[in-house]
Amino acid sequence: MKNARVGLLLALSLMITAPAFAAPDQDQIEKGHKVYDKWCFPCHGTGLGKPGTDSLAARGQKPAVLEERTDLTVPAIKTFVRHGVLFMPMFRKTEVSDADLDAIAAYLTRNNKP
Amino acid sequence: MRVPPGVSASDFAEAIKQFQEAVGKEWVFTSAEDVALYRDAYSPLMGEPNELVASAAVAPDGVEQVQKVVKIANRYKIPIYPVSTGKNLGYGGSAPVLSGSVVLDLKRMNRILEVNERNAYALVEPGVSYFDLYRYIQEKGLKLWVDVPDPGWGSPIGNSLDRGGGYLMPQYRNHFDSHCGMEVVLANGEVMRTGMGALPAAQTWQEYKSGFGPWIDGMFSQSNFGVVTKMGFWLMPEPDAYLSGTVIVPRHDDLIPLVNTLNYLENTRVTNGMPDLASPLLGIPMLSEFAARFDQGATPFDRPQDAELTALIAKAGGNMSPELDDYAQKKGIGYWSCKLSFYGATKANAANWAYAKEKFSAIPGVKFEEGDVYKLPLTAEQREKVHKPQFGIPSLAMFSIGARSAMNPEPSTGHMWFSPIIPRTGEAIFEANRVFAQAAKELGLPFLNFNLPSTYWERAFIFIFAFPVVKDIETNKKNVASFRKLIQVAADHGWGEYRTAPVFQDAIMNTYSFNNHALLHFHETVKDAIDPNGILSAGRYGIWPKHVREAKS
Ligand SMILES: Cc1cc2nc3c(=O)[nH]c(=O)nc-3n(C[C@H](O)[C@H](O)[C@H](O)COP(=O)(O)OP(=O)(O)OC[C@H]3O[C@@H](n4cnc5c(N)ncnc54)[C@H](O)[C@@H]3O)c2cc1C
Ligand code: HEC
Repeated sequence: MKNARVGLLLALSLMITAPAFAAPDQDQIEKGHKVYDKWCFPCHGTGLGKPGTDSLAARGQKPAVLEERTDLTVPAIKTFVRHGVLFMPMFRKTEVSDADLDAIAAYLTRNNKP
Repeated sequence: MRVPPGVSASDFAEAIKQFQEAVGKEWVFTSAEDVALYRDAYSPLMGEPNELVASAAVAPDGVEQVQKVVKIANRYKIPIYPVSTGKNLGYGGSAPVLSGSVVLDLKRMNRILEVNERNAYALVEPGVSYFDLYRYIQEKGLKLWVDVPDPGWGSPIGNSLDRGGGYLMPQYRNHFDSHCGMEVVLANGEVMRTGMGALPAAQTWQEYKSGFGPWIDGMFSQSNFGVVTKMGFWLMPEPDAYLSGTVIVPRHDDLIPLVNTLNYLENTRVTNGMPDLASPLLGIPMLSEFAARFDQGATPFDRPQDAELTALIAKAGGNMSPELDDYAQKKGIGYWSCKLSFYGATKANAANWAYAKEKFSAIPGVKFEEGDVYKLPLTAEQREKVHKPQFGIPSLAMFSIGARSAMNPEPSTGHMWFSPIIPRTGEAIFEANRVFAQAAKELGLPFLNFNLPSTYWERAFIFIFAFPVVKDIETNKKNVASFRKLIQVAADHGWGEYRTAPVFQDAIMNTYSFNNHALLHFHETVKDAIDPNGILSAGRYGIWPKHVREAKS
């Protein structure tokens, strides 16, 4: 279990050291929302039976829903999607392409304070 | 770059170049980073030198491209491993059986070629997921249900080729059985259609399964004889209504008549939904209770019990004990229960449930609980609380069985399923529990005292145990060794696995050994004849090409 924690620390450090980014445009955010709904919402959405959200809530993460977060960074999101964590597997590029992932990251960071 | 076994670096480089010409440069993945995305995220060998990994991946976008890739692979003797959606978590993910194979990722072939509402069938490509098919049907407003497994991101083709199962009526639950017609690219690059599809002007490819002559579709499941590029599936017309009711019996031995009566009612189609066995006494929940449990931060494996009961269960150790019967009587808790589901006309459902109650009334002390009555389709509110696959709705909610929760603060990173088939009798459930409890004790496995089987299949039970996969290599090694022992224990009792991950495929195939492995020899004969270079999915389900067999012996 130790490695899981190391992974988490790594991701957290990415969150802190991530460089400032240019605000993404609205189209990109909308595209990201669509891709997110298809690939991430079934685990990270709101409502009953959302194992990603439940898992983060059990960790004490507030808010537990990714779409409501303002602390996720682009590199951290990419790391999780391409490496997986716990029972969330990594996603192949035939599922979530690099362009899709850019859009998801834009969507999930849309409310971050610059 | 990793090179497939037995292939020279220059041949591999040439093959990659030709793959790029065939499918486009951006759809051939060779960088370590991209190829790592094909690792099995739940692999019990994760991080070990013998982890099963790919050398590259190729993602064609059509049957002609698949043919080209197969021909190139043949030219350079490159082992390739087709996956459809590659979400076979717990049974191997998207990783090959032979390390160094090139994964043929069919995810981009995601066209829904036909959905026929009138005669209730679909024809799809391998990359179409259950979510995709469901969405398509919803958007068109068709009155059809798809029988889905718990994870909705897998595919009808990938799931059925590994012989997976779902939750609707028996004729749909067995996903391979519910297919009708295939298109297959053979190892030589030739395209073949099975069943009525062999008739060039076929009118009934998705309506009559066996066509003319030997019916060979089964050979493409759990095998390595071809790349399936299209498959038809029978869909379930949306029923008018749903009704459920629960039968509760008081004593340990009542499980025997409970299962007998259940079998009778299922085999005469009085009840046509997936039966849901549980034990109120032992705290084994019904599927339909999972969502509520998850919501309370518990998993189906948590068994909240008072101290007296815990002690009695521990003492019984998976066996029958008069004290447990007494405790159940004293507290008025049923020992076993079975929830029955009925799909159909409102009146017919009520009549069938009434008849089922009549039949179960032969068990002294039986009680009945009325369940849910839904007019279909479900309302938004009803959808939220049901186990969605029992209503043909894809979801990922079942991943909660491994989620972090108050009771499970340090969850595992995956699991592997040990899933032997046992007879559909109460006696077999007792016997399997006795045998596996004993084996678990000897192996030091933290298995529960009692486990109930799943009722996916009409004529047999599957007993499913989830072995956790964790970050610690030593623990995984120990679990893999225990898993191997359980395979043998099961086989010694006449129980064989229905499906397994690549790590165990040889071991399990080895137990299907009647008459000196006659069945495996047949598979090998077929393999050598139709794939002489052994390029397709080498080793899948224990079937190895000749050159690998010779090198091994
Ligand atoms: C929490 C959880 C719950 C689960 N519940 C269920 C369940 O209810 N029912 C169930 O059946 N499974 C279940 N599974 C197991 C698994 O996730 C599903 O069976 C899943 O659908 C399989 O992945 P897939 O559909 O993407 O198939 P794939 O990974 O695409 O295919 C599986 C294998 O079939 C072969 N194959 C696939 N496509 C082709 C092709 N076109 N040509 C030749 N060979 C091919 C390959 O060898 C491949 O490795 C569960 C897993 C988890 C983690
Ligand atoms: C099968 C369910 C599942 C799916 C689908 C899924 N995730 Fe996850 N995700 C999880 C789980 C479980 C965790 C870990 C929660 C924990 O640590 O308790 C997680 C964690 C994360 C985290 C880290 C959050 C943190 O604070 O640690 C990010 C970011 C994330 N996921 C993004 C995504 C994105 C983006 C997608 C879609 C491309 C996605 N996930 C799809 C289950 C899933």
